[in-house]
Amino acid sequence: MTETHLHAIKTSTGRTLRTEEMVVNMGPQHPSTHGVLRLEVVLDGEIVVDVIPHLGYLHRCFEKHCEHMTSYQQVIPYVDRMDYVAAMTNEHAFVVAAEKLLKIEVPERVHYIRIIMAELQRIASHLIAIGTFGIDMGAFTPFLYYFRDREKILELFEMTCGARLLYNYIWIGGLSHDIPPQFVERTKEFCTDFKKTLKEVNDLLNYNEIFIKRTANVGILPKDLAINYACSGPMLRGSGVDFDLRRDDPYTLYNKFEWDVIVGKGEMGTVGDVWDRNIVRQREMWESLRIIEQAIATLPEGDVQKAVPKRIRPVPGDAYGRVEGPRGELGFYIVAEDSVTPYRIKARAPAFVNLSVINEISKGAMLADLVAIMGSIDIVLGEVDR
Amino acid sequence: MTALTIYFNDIYRAISSALIGMRITIRQMVSPTVTLQYPHEKKQMPDRVRNRLYMNYDDCIGCELCAKACPVDCIEIEVMKAPPTETLGETSTGQKKRIYVTKFDIDIAKCCYCGLCVFPCPTECLKMTDVYEFSEYDRNNLIYNFGTMSAVEVETAKLKVKQYDEEQTAKKAAAAAQAAAAKAAAAAQPAPVPEIPAAPVTPAQSEQPKGPDTPPTQQ
Amino acid sequence: MENILAFLNEPAVTMVLLALIPLVFILVYALVTIYFEMKVAAHIQNRLAYMETGWHGVIQPIADMLKLLQKEDIIPTDADKFLFILAPYLVFIGTYASFAVMPFSSGFIGSNIDLGIFYLVAASSLVVVGLLMAGWASNNKWSMFGALRSAAQIVSYEIPGVLAILGVVMVFGTMNMQTMTQMQDGGIQNWLIIGGNFPLGQKLALFPFMFILFIIYLLSSMAEVNRTPFDLPEAESELVQGYNTEYSGMKFAIFYLAEYANLFLVSAIVVVMFFGGWTSPFGSFMSGTVWSAFWFVLKGMSFVFLNIWLRWTLPRLRVDQLMYVSWKVLTPFALFCIIAIGFIMVI
Ligand code: SF4
Ligand code: SF4
Repeated sequence: MTETHLHAIKTSTGRTLRTEEMVVNMGPQHPSTHGVLRLEVVLDGEIVVDVIPHLGYLHRCFEKHCEHMTSYQQVIPYVDRMDYVAAMTNEHAFVVAAEKLLKIEVPERVHYIRIIMAELQRIASHLIAIGTFGIDMGAFTPFLYYFRDREKILELFEMTCGARLLYNYIWIGGLSHDIPPQFVERTKEFCTDFKKTLKEVNDLLNYNEIFIKRTANVGILPKDLAINYACSGPMLRGSGVDFDLRRDDPYTLYNKFEWDVIVGKGEMGTVGDVWDRNIVRQREMWESLRIIEQAIATLPEGDVQKAVPKRIRPVPGDAYGRVEGPRGELGFYIVAEDSVTPYRIKARAPAFVNLSVINEISKGAMLADLVAIMGSIDIVLGEVDR
Repeated sequence: MTALTIYFNDIYRAISSALIGMRITIRQMVSPTVTLQYPHEKKQMPDRVRNRLYMNYDDCIGCELCAKACPVDCIEIEVMKAPPTETLGETSTGQKKRIYVTKFDIDIAKCCYCGLCVFPCPTECLKMTDVYEFSEYDRNNLIYNFGTMSAVEVETAKLKVKQYDEEQTAKKAAAAAQAAAAKAAAAAQPAPVPEIPAAPVTPAQSEQPKGPDTPPTQQ
Repeated sequence: MENILAFLNEPAVTMVLLALIPLVFILVYALVTIYFEMKVAAHIQNRLAYMETGWHGVIQPIADMLKLLQKEDIIPTDADKFLFILAPYLVFIGTYASFAVMPFSSGFIGSNIDLGIFYLVAASSLVVVGLLMAGWASNNKWSMFGALRSAAQIVSYEIPGVLAILGVVMVFGTMNMQTMTQMQDGGIQNWLIIGGNFPLGQKLALFPFMFILFIIYLLSSMAEVNRTPFDLPEAESELVQGYNTEYSGMKFAIFYLAEYANLFLVSAIVVVMFFGGWTSPFGSFMSGTVWSAFWFVLKGMSFVFLNIWLRWTLPRLRVDQLMYVSWKVLTPFALFCIIAIGFIMVI
């Protein structure tokens, strides 16, 4: 529905007012579309009538690229660049799929380090998600507090693998480097420091009355709708569905640790509103910290490069590996033929799937709510468009 | 809760949460800043940092493993097998160099700093350094020529290779002729077929090294 | 020399010169406040802001201004050119005209009219017309949104604002801003926020209502100058930049200037009404024409600081909530206070 409709409204004095729906283009250069998403929004005054997302401004053919490599190893720098704010998770998902395909058993230490990295990455990604969400709400300051602490995580990553954003750290069968000697100490330090910021921003943003009023009862995504649209991650858990791949499909050693799945309860409004989705992210960071602390305390010894295969040439077949990324179920489906490169790679990008629900949940909301809903979906356009 | 209590509760919460927020921000305001004044202060880089590539040309043995490992094909190598009579020296790891590396270009503009080229190198001559300020006005300046062979040197090397190849060809031809002669002598009634492979194949093989007339690489 | 003196003594010339004082003040103040806001915002966020131009970047605002001056002045092809050009000036005129009745010090007030604060409310309403004009003339949907929002917002927040002013006027019995200030002279205990220069019983009775009126006026003034949490007209995450999306160069600078001038204006009204205007907090100590100007600016700037502080702390309201706050919270409270003050003043 792109053409506008004319309405005739009878006013109380008996006159007819002709009003008209307005189509505005939000994006691709709009400040709050988190990248280059274009939303075609049909507005009736400030009320959103229809939203049509237009994708593809950041399409870089990564899935196709992956078929033209000279080895499986070379795919990893490419998957890094899909979801550039959570590159570790992308690698992890791809590696889980590839190891399934190649039937590689990795040492326990590798699993532990991968979990630590994935949880640190989850925190880093949620920090951006909540921070930018705050900007969408007009609160600029929490964003910078979170960025300050995200910097510490990036420093940990940089110390471990040399890169700050696109790591190429998790390899098929192992890791590119073992963790450096100071890593354990620095991570512990980070965990204690970070709790302070978490509390602070929780007070500053999440429990601010204006923020609650802006987000509670807005963009409600009911349980069944969330399941029907195959939403995942905080989107799904915010709607009250108790589902987390880390617990329900334990792909590494997540079941060894003690942690809780956070589910939205509708404390401030209805289950599945924007506030719930946001608070799920906020509380998940506490759980991630718990996992990291446990993993750091019980880190086993071992050689992280032991199981890295010299030459990767799988037997023809296919495999699907999935992990619980910061945005939801991130999966890679690999079809292998008798060659050193994959025949086809398909990524199941959670942001893409989650975005599809936007039209459904933002109808009837106000323009400012649309911005809030967009922020709560937490899309990364690199992953949506790939 | 009646509507009235909700009303007053909302007002109370709005004011109190705003005050809490203000307390946090004012406390942060007087706490020290965390930013670096970048061009004046610089961060201490960790040891493993992956920035601009550095290549130690003297150590390269021309195995081309790095070029194969690179996912974006930004390493361009041209190699030429040196005649065994030539001594090209040794790498610092003690490996004998057997191949002329006439061209070793890395297009840093294409490089994605993944570090995949560093691992397979047998002589550890590729390294990622901590240099990150190397922007250029001209994109061509980002193609780094690590090869140190001058045009003249490349020419001489080519000549040497050609010479050697010719010698080899001659030798081979002689050997082949000898062998053919021996064969002919050995089997007085040979089948008509086997004579064909010996003679034409060798020239064709010798053709190959000098075959594609590549101009000397520009430095 | 004599000619010059005679020329300066011409009433018309004197008037023009006097009128220029607020303009100079606005310009200097705007530069200072831009710097001040950037620094406060940065330190709240653990940053440093300007550091390169001059000592701690003090001349950065001047550099910014020069940059804006030499920018290309773009007028969109489909814009309504006349209105587009007129709008920023109208906004600025509205603000500037309001400075006429501002008692900067015991010795200087542009025009000491009896209707002071009434005139002020009227003149500053001119800003709405300018904003609406800017939004409409830009021929941009986002600008239009911003303009409509700002019109709705300013008009509805004027009501609690004016009601709060009414309460204060009832206490003072005058609308002359200079008289208002003089009535609070004599130290901090005579300021209206404490209860004013009244007998103790009346003072105690007035205090809570004055405090509520102060909060109400503070909030509605923040809404009138479009500051967070009421910055919907230029909510950058929703409306790109609101009514001034299409403006560039000098016209944009004028909007900016008007915005900052407005910020000081409303802070100054708060100061005059509740915090004793230019009077010294220590009675006759540190009072006098120059000192009083100092106190006035200092008090004004501390409210500017409060505004900045709030801006970098709070998120933004939504349109309907904005209206809710104005009509269902501030207006009833203001009405209630007025009634109560009426009783107190009669008794
Ligand atoms: S770092 Fe990666 S992209 Fe750069 S040259 Fe090496 S392999 Fe290629
Ligand atoms: S892998 Fe190392 S030795 Fe081999 S060509 Fe590359 S740089 Fe030279």
